[in-house]
Amino acid sequence: MATVADLEHGQKGVIKEFSETILPIKLLELGCLPGNTVELVQIAPLNDPIYINVNGSHIAIRRSLAKQIGLDIIEDPSAI
Amino acid sequence: MSKSINVALIGNPNTGKTSVFNQLTGLKQKVGNYPGITVEKKEGVCKLPRGVKAHILDLPGTYSLNTTSLDESVVVELLLNKNDKDYPDVAVVISDVENLKRNLLLFTQIKDLRIPTILVINMADRMSRKGISLDVDALEKKLDTKIALVSTRKGNGINRIKELIADFRTLSTAPNIDTSRISPKYFNRLQEAFPKEDLYKLWLVITQDVNFMPIEKKRIQDATSFSTKSKTELKKLQHKETVLRYQFINNTLKDTYKIDFQAAKGLRASFDKVLTHKIFGYVIFLIILLTIFQAIFDWSSYPMDFIDEQFAMAGEWIKNTLPAGVFTDLLAEGILAGIGGIVIFIPQIAFLFLFISLLEETGYMSRVVFLMDKLMRPFGLSGKSVVPLISGTACAIPAVMATRTIENWKERLITILVTPFTTCSARLPVYLILIALVIPKGRFLGLSYQALTLMLLYLIGFGMAIFSAMVLNKILKIRSSSLFMVEMPTYRLPLFKNVAYTVLEKTKSFVFGAGKIILAISIILWFLGSNGHSEKFKNAEEIVNSRIETEGLTAYSKNYIQNNIDIYKKNTKVSVVEQQNAIGLKSLQDSIQIMTDILKEKARVQEIASYKLEHSYIGYAGKSIEPMVQPLGYDWKIGIAVLTSFAAREVFVGTLATIYSVGNDEEETIKNRMAAELHHSGKKPLFNLASGISLMLFYAFAMQCMSTLAIVKRETNSWKWPLLQLIFMSAFAYLVALTAYQILK
Repeated sequence: MATVADLEHGQKGVIKEFSETILPIKLLELGCLPGNTVELVQIAPLNDPIYINVNGSHIAIRRSLAKQIGLDIIEDPSAI
Repeated sequence: MSKSINVALIGNPNTGKTSVFNQLTGLKQKVGNYPGITVEKKEGVCKLPRGVKAHILDLPGTYSLNTTSLDESVVVELLLNKNDKDYPDVAVVISDVENLKRNLLLFTQIKDLRIPTILVINMADRMSRKGISLDVDALEKKLDTKIALVSTRKGNGINRIKELIADFRTLSTAPNIDTSRISPKYFNRLQEAFPKEDLYKLWLVITQDVNFMPIEKKRIQDATSFSTKSKTELKKLQHKETVLRYQFINNTLKDTYKIDFQAAKGLRASFDKVLTHKIFGYVIFLIILLTIFQAIFDWSSYPMDFIDEQFAMAGEWIKNTLPAGVFTDLLAEGILAGIGGIVIFIPQIAFLFLFISLLEETGYMSRVVFLMDKLMRPFGLSGKSVVPLISGTACAIPAVMATRTIENWKERLITILVTPFTTCSARLPVYLILIALVIPKGRFLGLSYQALTLMLLYLIGFGMAIFSAMVLNKILKIRSSSLFMVEMPTYRLPLFKNVAYTVLEKTKSFVFGAGKIILAISIILWFLGSNGHSEKFKNAEEIVNSRIETEGLTAYSKNYIQNNIDIYKKNTKVSVVEQQNAIGLKSLQDSIQIMTDILKEKARVQEIASYKLEHSYIGYAGKSIEPMVQPLGYDWKIGIAVLTSFAAREVFVGTLATIYSVGNDEEETIKNRMAAELHHSGKKPLFNLASGISLMLFYAFAMQCMSTLAIVKRETNSWKWPLLQLIFMSAFAYLVALTAYQILK
């Protein structure tokens, strides 16, 4: 399954329904909810953390956390 | 109406909540762009229309009522406890127009607690630039509240907030969401078990991770004993609650809030590209750091010299004007010297916080966290440890407080434990005087040895912090969730008022926090140094006088008198013929005679003072620890200075000044006096390369700051960590200083 950690610079994806994993509640509050679009804004120089825009919130998270958020990558960003 | 209205300001971090507070109360205080900067309880009074008064409480920023940190739990504790004297009559939720959707999550939670709630939409001035349009009337209806559109930057809308607060009784207290939908079955059972309780409140109590006050705890126990749900199931329900709330919010905003992305303009992307670039990002950060250091060491030296002179003059003035006596001595040598020792640090602390608050206000600090996180992780630290470690170069006290933004407890604890190794400004005077004394003046590759030594000391401090973090990371067996999340706020121009107030606030808290201790120690020192119980102390004057008659003045005094006379001779033009600006040979001899007499008298007084000190309480204390400090190359006088430094390092120089009873004369500076002091063998100066380096290393590593220990106790909520810090750091410092002296001597 693709996750937020798999996004490339400028790429977007739609968060999938959570299955088993229980994400930290903070992440949900900031808008990481199923159906919302995530955009990868920046990757830190050492490849970690990553800086995303989800639901209008600009946040930086570590890759380890990003791996827990499953999503469908949107191949063509202009479709959104 | 006599009773004032209790108002609580609540909101997400970075919504300008504190700016609203400043404008409502006129009582300015700290606002930052770095998430979670408002960590303390801030209160103020606001005058409302029709002569009503409001008591305003500024609560820490939080994203929701599901707390994960102590700061956030402050908010929940207050909102759940109706008996709290600050329990709000009305809650004012501050939101930021750009992040309205996310901000409304907190709003709906508070509304569901049935507290009258007003919604403030801040930063309204950015709406047109961001292409945002808002139907306020429709939004008010859907959220069942009253809304104030505000721009704290422009100062608009504040009166509207005041009117709404004054009319709080007309606000609806109906909830936004039927919370039993989270789990109808579970809520039904709760209802049956606690028929009198508000269900949503109960739900919040059950799901909190953080401790509550005693009354609430009792209720939690009752409720959790009832709990038939596992922790995982509860977390899932919390997720469901969040989803439900967002559904409501999305529905609400569908027709009332629109963003035209075509019209939106922002510098975020282009700024981020440069500031988080893999090369430029670090270069810019380094340049900013260098500028801060330059300001602390170079620019602040001008105001510091000025302050130093003023206090020296004031001390002289008091001694010359007031009648001689115990009171005058206390005033000039105890109190004034103590206050001078505090005020002298103001320029450095002000500069540091000027920069830190600028970086926070603009939003740059979050980018630093982003840049540094991966680099810090191998040491068990996080990107958020960078700010405390940098602040630690000014003072460990605010630095330890700044660790509150680190969510991971292990990373936070390690940061707290290692921050006191960074070279704080209190070590600076000790380093500066010792470097001037023992490091030769030469140059290496165009850089002076003295500057290089200072830089090396900073690097040693930072290196030690990183190294011990690495060790602690291996030793400490603490499991804590590695949740790391930093909001990257929009870049903003700093508000001058906010920056100015931060600087003022921080400086004030230093002066009245650490300052009190320094002042108290100066007074105690003065007392211990000017009193004694032995016969030798009481008869000091006669003993010294008779010694001078039989043996003459000490070598130091003779030397001192000769030097002064030489300088005088050199600077005086002598001519056989009387002319302007020159004096005759005969008058020169006369004047030299007079001068010698004055100097002799002065030397005598000084020798008495020094003898008295040696036999005062503090003298005996110093003598008793001499065997311990001798292997490090120190004598009993340095021993006392080190001992008093355990309260606060910066008293080192002041203590030596007191011990050597140096006056405030220009030519007789403390440095010269220290340079003249001889090692007990009599062959070399007391402050030589070996003992000087040993002392500097001792100060680099030892935990000599009561205030830091106190703040670590407060932040870790146990004596274990500060005591460990004290013992480990000081033992380590002793060993290093011992090794250094034994090798170099």
